[in-house]
Amino acid sequence: MKVYADNAATTYLSKTAKEVLLDCLDNYNGNPNSLHTDGQLTQEKLDEARATVAACINAKNPNEIYFTSGGSEADNQALISVARVQKEKGKNHLITLNIEHHAILHTMRKLELEGFEVTYLAPQANGIVAVEDVANAITDKTCLVSVMFANNEMGAIQPIPEIGALCKEKGVLFHTDAVQAAAHLPIDVQAMNIDMLSMSAHKFHGPKGVGVLYCRNGIRLLNVIEGGAQERGKRAGTINVPGIAAMAAALKEGCDNMEENNRKVIALRDRLIEGLSDIPYSQLNGDPVKRLPGNVNFSFEGVEGESLLLGLDNYGICCSSGSACTSESLDPSHVLLGMGVPIEAAHGSLRFSLNEENTEEEVDFIIEKVHKVVNLFRSMSPFWDELQNGEREHCIAE
Amino acid sequence: MALYSDKVMDHFENPRNVGVIENADGVGEVGNPVCGDIMKMYLKIENDTIVDVKFKTFGCGSAIATSSMATELIKGKTIEEALDLTNKAVVDALDGLPARKIHCSVLAEDAIKAALVDYYTRTGKKMPESLVGFEPHED
Repeated sequence: MKVYADNAATTYLSKTAKEVLLDCLDNYNGNPNSLHTDGQLTQEKLDEARATVAACINAKNPNEIYFTSGGSEADNQALISVARVQKEKGKNHLITLNIEHHAILHTMRKLELEGFEVTYLAPQANGIVAVEDVANAITDKTCLVSVMFANNEMGAIQPIPEIGALCKEKGVLFHTDAVQAAAHLPIDVQAMNIDMLSMSAHKFHGPKGVGVLYCRNGIRLLNVIEGGAQERGKRAGTINVPGIAAMAAALKEGCDNMEENNRKVIALRDRLIEGLSDIPYSQLNGDPVKRLPGNVNFSFEGVEGESLLLGLDNYGICCSSGSACTSESLDPSHVLLGMGVPIEAAHGSLRFSLNEENTEEEVDFIIEKVHKVVNLFRSMSPFWDELQNGEREHCIAE
Repeated sequence: MALYSDKVMDHFENPRNVGVIENADGVGEVGNPVCGDIMKMYLKIENDTIVDVKFKTFGCGSAIATSSMATELIKGKTIEEALDLTNKAVVDALDGLPARKIHCSVLAEDAIKAALVDYYTRTGKKMPESLVGFEPHED
């Protein structure tokens, strides 16, 4: 059996998105900046896509939607723009979470090197930041709060409407990296007081290499890419209309079916959580309820995540791990460590991310095989022996 | 290209010499749970020859594969031959490892040495010079 349970890494391209993509490649492959008919027909497709995306997040005006190469570019542009523009007004402080995606964290580090001050707030043990911690971090120098909508690794959903209201009250701009949330959770940028928002098409069955930066009118954007007048002069480069149109179709499809999909995916998620909870000395990471519909993140004591992942891959199960061995660094997941998961438990973590195409049968197959590989690798783990005979202390309760 | 060679995957999926030797003549453990890998080697030694070897490993795919390969390479060998085993020889025998996994092979070499140090300490025999003052690498 082949079970794809790594939808937080990327999703398959939906049939609808693929059809739109191919139709554009065949029939609307002009340059939307050209004045001739071919160009203008393509421009119409682009306008439609922009209106669709705007409607999906309830943006006031389609011209607040800027198409980018993906979530990372959108995050970079949002942070750099606000920081550099607001610096002219004497504001040099930004606030974010220590569990953000590296597109945020690395950009923040870059801004620190430029002289900005950044506060990295840690979430509570459930992976959710306390709104009062955000409130307490805001000073008269703060120009931007950037808090992700939901975490990519352990799924915790952040209190976005509350932080939006807080930022509005304090006169601070609010950006959210909604890469994992778009098409999976309801987003209303006006009701939630979101000033800027990033998303990425391939996380909701759109193509790779396409994303969105929503930027409320009145906020000045600076270019990350120079060289042309595209995207109201804020993002140069010939516009990827096929990718954008396919993204818009996928986003609309996801939003239209969100309730039905989520009912199904949440039931699968909770079935998986229940099945894995039977494994002794294991723990669910992230809030059990306020979490992404498809996200299951577990730590298993005494075993290492990469070996579990490879063991599951042999059974045809695709998932990911927060262990150091699956990252480019020597440290395990900054997200799990950032929310206070002990390092030994972070090494032994697995993330499954389900979608509406997964079945109960597949979930039961995952449960069976995870039990099997955890037992197998524990049976050959000296660390597990030492936990069992009391030479080392457990960090997860039985 | 896949992350690991076929040989690494073979030793990961079918590790040789996994287990414990009761009444082993030498036991060595290196690594720690904070770094995410621990290797423990058990040696049975007769007439300066490693007649049996078993291992237990907590770690990633390459940690398990390097442990397995290292035990194969020293089983039936004299202590002198085992001491000549370098981490590079283990890597070569596995048809290579990704750069950031080389430390797993160092851990395997260290685990063998630590088990031999234990053997000499227990028996009171004169330790070969290359083992005197042996310290496992920082992970």
